[in-house]
Amino acid sequence: MKLTVNGEAHEVAATTLEALLAALDYEGDWLATAVNNDLVHKANRAEFQLNDGDRIEILSPMQGG
Amino acid sequence: MIELYGAELPSRLLLGTAQYPSPAMLAYAVRASGTAVVTVSLRREMAGGRAGEKFWSLIRSLGVRILPNTAGCHSVKEAVTTAQMAREVFGTTWIKLEVIGNHDTLQPDVFGLVEAARILCEDGFAVFPYTTDDLVVAERLLAAGCKALMPWCAPIGSALGPINITALRSMRGHFPGVPLIVDAGLGRPSHAATVMELGFDAVLLNTAVAKAADPVGMARAFGKAVEAGREAFSSGMLEPRDVAVPSTPTIGRGVFS
Repeated sequence: MKLTVNGEAHEVAATTLEALLAALDYEGDWLATAVNNDLVHKANRAEFQLNDGDRIEILSPMQGG
Repeated sequence: MIELYGAELPSRLLLGTAQYPSPAMLAYAVRASGTAVVTVSLRREMAGGRAGEKFWSLIRSLGVRILPNTAGCHSVKEAVTTAQMAREVFGTTWIKLEVIGNHDTLQPDVFGLVEAARILCEDGFAVFPYTTDDLVVAERLLAAGCKALMPWCAPIGSALGPINITALRSMRGHFPGVPLIVDAGLGRPSHAATVMELGFDAVLLNTAVAKAADPVGMARAFGKAVEAGREAFSSGMLEPRDVAVPSTPTIGRGVFS
């Protein structure tokens, strides 16, 4: 499945958001995820089914003003 | 002491966390300023990265309240989703709402701002909207559910200080019971003191401290300026006069002619 993760193209076997995070070595309570511009709660990642062409954003705390 | 969305805070200075020479310098500056609130952002994490974890760990160790922001968002959807993601990560409903409308001035898109504010207020957020000094926009934001406003006094990072004192004074006068926090454009402690003397409830700044030659010293200076400005406002300042008025009593002076 072809996905865009944080602006970069990826081809992955993962079919759920949680599996995608594991495959790309993302882990931690400090991450927030969105698929196609909508928030996906941490609790829903395991059951969230990805589709070809989905755009995923994985964000974490950063300095800001 | 200031109350924002039901929280009582010991300091009227809110501090940004970006652009410091080092994480340690940020921590020292936060402590030196006496601030009780710092603003933080969300950005893309690299695969396998731990940058967010390190920063979040540092911020939590400071023992201050977190005000996440939607800095850099240019659309309502972007800002709303970022706010929802921030609520999940930071565990707070507080959000400094930015919807930027102009790349050069970083002026807020006030139309998008009002729309995003309405969506987030209805969703239970405590929204701190980064806005202009426009009174009608301020009214719309309050009608949307905002209980505090964050007007700019000059473009973000410009260090120009309050460039339209009349507009700020007018805003203060129109919304006497609303917490007004000047956000953006402050360059010097005297700028902060000036807006606090006008009766603004607090200031939020970042660049002026982070990019100072000595951020820790500047953080301390801003902390003092904010306190001085507030105490001056509370104490009732003398109005300017066009004529000289002697401060030493003239009655009883010696006559030598």
